[in-house]
Amino acid sequence: MNTLSIRDLDVTLGDLAVLRGVDLEVPSGSVTAVLGPSGCGKTTLLRAVAGFVRPDRGEIRVGDTVVSGAGHHLAPERRGIALVPQEGALFPHLSVGENVAFGLPRAQRRRTARVGEVLDLVGLRGFEDRRPAELSGGQQQRVALARALAPNPALVLLDEPFSALDAGLRESVRAQVREALERSATTALVVTHDQDEALSVADSVAILDDGRILMHASPQDVYRAPTGLGVARFVGQCVELPAEVTAGVARTALGDLAVEDPVAGGPADGGRGVVMLRPEQLRLLPLEGAAGTAGEVVGGEYFGHDALVRVRIGVGGGAPGESLEVQVRTLGEIPERGAVRVGVSGPARFYPVA
Amino acid sequence: MPAVIVSFIALLPIGYLLIRAADAGLGRIVDVLARERTVELVGRSLLLVGLVTTFSVVIGVGLAFMATRTDVPGRRVIATLAPLPLAIPSYVAAFAWISVVPEIAGLVGAVLVLTLCCYPYVYLPVFAALRRADPGLEEVARSLGRTPWQTFREVTLRQVRPAAAAGGLLVALYTLSDFGAVSILRYDVFTNVIYSAYRSSFDRSTAAVLSLLLVALTVAISVGESRVRRRDVARVGGGVARSADPVRLGPLRYPMTGAAGVVLALALAFPIVSLLYWFSTGLSAGLDTGRLGASVAATAWLSLLGAVACTVGAVPVGILAARHRGRFTTIVEQVTYAGHALPGIVVALALVFLGVRLVPWAYQEAPLLVLAYVVLFLPTAVGSVRSSVAQSSVRGEEVARSLGATPGDVLRRVTLPLAAPGISAGAAIVLLTCMKELPATLLLRPTGTDTLATSLWTQTGVGAYGAAAPYGLALVVLAVLPTIWLMRASAHDRGTT
Repeated sequence: MNTLSIRDLDVTLGDLAVLRGVDLEVPSGSVTAVLGPSGCGKTTLLRAVAGFVRPDRGEIRVGDTVVSGAGHHLAPERRGIALVPQEGALFPHLSVGENVAFGLPRAQRRRTARVGEVLDLVGLRGFEDRRPAELSGGQQQRVALARALAPNPALVLLDEPFSALDAGLRESVRAQVREALERSATTALVVTHDQDEALSVADSVAILDDGRILMHASPQDVYRAPTGLGVARFVGQCVELPAEVTAGVARTALGDLAVEDPVAGGPADGGRGVVMLRPEQLRLLPLEGAAGTAGEVVGGEYFGHDALVRVRIGVGGGAPGESLEVQVRTLGEIPERGAVRVGVSGPARFYPVA
Repeated sequence: MPAVIVSFIALLPIGYLLIRAADAGLGRIVDVLARERTVELVGRSLLLVGLVTTFSVVIGVGLAFMATRTDVPGRRVIATLAPLPLAIPSYVAAFAWISVVPEIAGLVGAVLVLTLCCYPYVYLPVFAALRRADPGLEEVARSLGRTPWQTFREVTLRQVRPAAAAGGLLVALYTLSDFGAVSILRYDVFTNVIYSAYRSSFDRSTAAVLSLLLVALTVAISVGESRVRRRDVARVGGGVARSADPVRLGPLRYPMTGAAGVVLALALAFPIVSLLYWFSTGLSAGLDTGRLGASVAATAWLSLLGAVACTVGAVPVGILAARHRGRFTTIVEQVTYAGHALPGIVVALALVFLGVRLVPWAYQEAPLLVLAYVVLFLPTAVGSVRSSVAQSSVRGEEVARSLGATPGDVLRRVTLPLAAPGISAGAAIVLLTCMKELPATLLLRPTGTDTLATSLWTQTGVGAYGAAAPYGLALVVLAVLPTIWLMRASAHDRGTT
């Protein structure tokens, strides 16, 4: 079993407390993404697990082995934790085959079945004799993964693995990496600042901000039921509405909305706060109907596969002057400016004002 | 630990000179320093350094700009030929000039010959900086209303200033430590006065005190340069450099090419033609092939020893400097660089004192000369090791660690193989420099051995120009081959990475 457990980890670099009391568990054979803005400490977390940064406090275990704990620090080469850095970092003086064989025991480095096996796993069989410079960015990234997987490591760490690739390539490489990790049943930790990447590649997502883990759950829960507004804003676009809650129903500018399992500790009744919806929970409705709330299209952004439409709605029973803008995700074109009606589907999240 | 030993070796000569000067007593030191002749000597040395450095910077920057940023006809030829004077040792050039135009002896000749030999030290880094510089900055300046001339002054020159300053420092240090050219051209500066003080009397404290004064001057120049350089900021932001559109010079193009042609003719064609002329004159008097062959063999063998010793010593210091920044490392590195500021004549003199006193069995034997080469040229080797190690990525080394390689394995399997081309280029440069080295070789060469440099020196000293020419030609040929190889290698590097 190769479960990675991090307990109460503190890391200080210079005078700066980079990680503060981080707890994280990656179950054996699963992929966890650590998602956070740049400077949140995610790369430091990765380097602490790999053994290049010495923690001040806390424990890092892989399976039953303590790789980093009180006064105990295993050298990186003795941890069996393989690293896939940004942009691959293939050894330019070695061929693809020699790169992949780098971590194998000396006797096995020359022409072993293992090299072909892992290259096959990443879809690059037959590339053994190429030079790294002859490969595309996506191929280099996959060779870097094959190199990491070859010695059967207990854990693979991926540092922003797809950020150097251009948008078209990113999705296909992501799927290939995901599949290779699954087929080899490898435990993996991915750090990234890209929400799409984290949500699509991982079995669970941990949100790291300012050196602390804010939430760690499945991609669905992180997106649909974030534990706080900060997490909600970081994981995707939000529609935020001032609200007042009574008996599980929030009164908002978009009408009365059912609130899904209120946040623990927050007042479920009679409290003021903010309701969070995702733009795809909002719909544009025909003007003639009675459903929904009246509003006015004021602009939008067109993405091709869908569009975000900005709609201004009145606040507080139609008092003139008071209004707010919400974003509605629609398929197709942005409608002409003018009156519409906006409906809401699915449960809302409520966050009391601190 | 090896790094500490290596840097200790670099400090050895200066320490010994201090002891030597202190032995003479304070009164004697003051006596030597206060002589009118000493004050005059400082003035003459500084005048030469100032003139040579100024002219070298003007010529070096001008040629580099012409070759990279203008549409002058023949700029590819200029780019190919401009660095080549590096392969002509200054004393060979001095010989070539004085043997044809004896009237230039003195300041004029020294400035002319040293400038023509030294401007490549400015040309090469400025050329590289202009190639690397982002033309986007110049385009922004133009789009904000600057004329081409204002842009050149305010943006382009600013970008190459660090490179030009570093090159200028090399020129100044080279000029201050040059021994062969000023001796042949009979312009008295520190180096040849120290040499004759050492030769003419058994009281060597005068030579020691003058040597220390010369070291003080070189240190002052180095410190001044690093003060200037600190103010320049590095490039902001990434982005791939594009090549700039050439500046259209219009009718000015032809005079510009003409000026470049004159510089190259004086720096390259004239010495070679002069050498060939004296060579053919000497041939009629008979060529001593046995002695020439022995000199070639001795030059190659001693330089090879020097290059190997410097490279072996430079690897630990260079890796330490590239990978582990810290106060201790900085000190080790700077101590190693102290050798850079030491003129060859000073190191040679210190090792002569040291050899006679401590290791008489090694005095005028190969090991002591190789030690002198190490002290003199270790910085060159350290620099190339450091920059080539710094180029291989730290991330790659971390990946290797995470795949189970110990730090020693990483060095053997990743860092050194990646740095090998840079390290071997550094070794080639040291080899080249050892071949050209004159003063230390002159004082420390094994008894009965003559290198090409010392043979040329001896023959020129007695005015036997025809007999001297073959040694000069052989030196230029020996030096040109590795120079061309180096230029090819660096052009290849740029192409692939």
